[in-house]
Amino acid sequence: MTQILIDLVTDYTLRTVALGSAALGLVSGALGCFAVLRRQSLLGDAISHAALPGIVLAFLLTGSKTPLVLVLGAALAGWAAALLVMLVVKTTRIKPDAALGLVLSTFFGFGLLLMSIAQRSAGAAQAGLDRFLFGQAASLVGSDLVTMAVLGGVVLILLLVLWKELKLLAFDPDFLVALGLPVRSLDVLLTTLLVVAIVIGLQTVGVVLMSAMLIAPAAAARQWTDRLGRMVLLAGLFGALSGLCGAVLSSIVPHLPTGPTIVLCVTTLTVVSLLGAPHRGLIAVWLRQQRGRRRLQRDAVLADLYHLAAQHAQPDRAPHSARVLRAMGTPAGLNRTLAHLTGEGLVRRTSDGRWRLTLAGVAAGRRLVTEGPTPADREDRS
Amino acid sequence: MTTPQLEILAIAVVTAVGCALVGSFLLLRGMAMMSDAISHAILPGIVIAFLIVGDLSSPWLVVAAAAMGVVAVILVELLYRTGRVREDAAIGLVFPALFSLGIILITRVVGNVHLDTDVVLLGELAFAPFDRLVIGGHDLGPRHLYLMGTITAINLLFIVTFYKELKLATFDAGLAAALGFAPAAIHYGLMLLVSITAVGAFDAVGLVLVVALMIAPAAAAYLLTGRLGRMLWLAALFGLLTAASGLWLATWLDASIAGSMATCAGLLFAAVYMLAPRHGLLAVLLRRRRQRYQFAQTMLAIHLLQHEGRPEEADEARVDHLYGRHVGWDRPFTTQVVAQAVAAELVIRRDDRLTLTDRGRTRAAQALAL
Repeated sequence: MTQILIDLVTDYTLRTVALGSAALGLVSGALGCFAVLRRQSLLGDAISHAALPGIVLAFLLTGSKTPLVLVLGAALAGWAAALLVMLVVKTTRIKPDAALGLVLSTFFGFGLLLMSIAQRSAGAAQAGLDRFLFGQAASLVGSDLVTMAVLGGVVLILLLVLWKELKLLAFDPDFLVALGLPVRSLDVLLTTLLVVAIVIGLQTVGVVLMSAMLIAPAAAARQWTDRLGRMVLLAGLFGALSGLCGAVLSSIVPHLPTGPTIVLCVTTLTVVSLLGAPHRGLIAVWLRQQRGRRRLQRDAVLADLYHLAAQHAQPDRAPHSARVLRAMGTPAGLNRTLAHLTGEGLVRRTSDGRWRLTLAGVAAGRRLVTEGPTPADREDRS
Repeated sequence: MTTPQLEILAIAVVTAVGCALVGSFLLLRGMAMMSDAISHAILPGIVIAFLIVGDLSSPWLVVAAAAMGVVAVILVELLYRTGRVREDAAIGLVFPALFSLGIILITRVVGNVHLDTDVVLLGELAFAPFDRLVIGGHDLGPRHLYLMGTITAINLLFIVTFYKELKLATFDAGLAAALGFAPAAIHYGLMLLVSITAVGAFDAVGLVLVVALMIAPAAAAYLLTGRLGRMLWLAALFGLLTAASGLWLATWLDASIAGSMATCAGLLFAAVYMLAPRHGLLAVLLRRRRQRYQFAQTMLAIHLLQHEGRPEEADEARVDHLYGRHVGWDRPFTTQVVAQAVAAELVIRRDDRLTLTDRGRTRAAQALAL
């Protein structure tokens, strides 16, 4: 473990890989929030798959394997795919999901066709086109890092500058129209930023799995907060963290493809968030429901006992058997509830096995019957 | 054509038709991306089943891997029902995770020539004729043909048997439930079929391109007809065309068969998208243009009617007053609209002044009455 930390600082390859993957996670996580909030989660999937023919075409046309050239090809193809999806949806009755699948699969297929040609004629394996399929973090070098940093920096700066507008675009586009702001241009701009965020990650994660880097960090971050600013920050952090973990793991363990490893890291993070987040987390919600159910049972039993006791001259000296309570339709878990009430000092078990209210119990029962149920300590926010 | 080529063609056609049939229902039910999710998600199923069975074309492998597809569908639905993520995000969370698991299993655990990442993406249709089904010493043909043929036959049988139920569950799930047709059962039956088809097609075209074969022919057919039966026939036909033309393209370019088939699927859709008589891009654009001019003609008639018999009529009815501040059209557009209105006998043009005809007056009055 310490050795890894030392290597992270001293080893050139590992440092480059770690920095690159963290950068891609940061940018895609932040941008992914907008895609997820705007219900465009799968647009990223289409764009990243569609980038493949762009990469191969750029290579075939220029013969260059400079990352910047390939990334440019990827961006152009991804952008064209996004526009095509919008065009098909706008002009036909084909639904968005079908248009996405259509563009995604046919672009990707075309990419594979081109790749098989490139492999035969120009040795695409030597050009390292293969690494764009599932990603290869180890292939990152210093110049890639510079490209990623510049592109990612531009994306993040634009995100900050246009923060208010993009926030409105995500939550209330109609209001944006009413303000007289160019919604169409903003939409295209956000899609362009998405494209850039995707192409940054293609070399490390690969076209097939890049969409997960947009969706998973955002979905994870969403569970921890209701504020967009915090969500974007958290998603960037989650993305960077999983990029780092995945890339380091795949560099250390031989024959571990980077893309899938990063995706499994980010999925783990998402599952943990879905289960364990404080308010929206499934475990927290379950616990809250259990507490609420127990409170309802307690109130019901207390009210029943009070109604029974109130018919006697001395309410705190009128024991009743559990069978009577059952006959009154008390919900399940009566014994546990009675034990709980005993613990609160409201109910006492008599020597012959029946139950009676204490003086405090009578008061609590009266309060319950006249003033309504105990207020919940916290509203269920799901 | 040589016998192996014919056999490859037969496998490709059977695969494409089987995919197009189930794909049509996915498209109509708004679950097209589920094919993407399923086709990715069956990968770990295939790998695990392959580790146990050791044979890629065994029927057991198909069943085991298809089960994984249904598991993926259920996972997506569970995730979606927690209310924590939307449906598209749920799909986007589940399938990359399962696919990643499959890829890691392949590279770390399996790592042999029969199952590597190239096969996963591209299939190995070109080698399919070498894998023969031999029973009692008789060579009956390539094994994949029988496998895929059986799967397509099952799809066909399912659709023919449950045609009414499928139709109702697809277009009006509420009514289907009310009539006791169990739309949930139909739903999972369909998902199972999609999974089985995807596993079978995996050998032929690879995982990602299954999506192309499922969606593209169905989408093209959907643009051409509004009737389910006709759509299924057309989708199957387009599947057949895709397979044949894809194979031809692959031979011609000496390129990947799967890639060529997906490309042809895309081209075929593009052609239909351009030219379809009612829902095609050209038809839509032409219709919008025509409607724009017709609307403008009506506007013109209304404008003239408003000022008819009033003192300002002499001014308002002049053609050169129409563009600019009165109606807000530009000059070429106005000229064209006026010419069309004259041709349609809505107005009469004398020198530079327009007068409504009876027909024009009726048109304006009708439009105003709406």
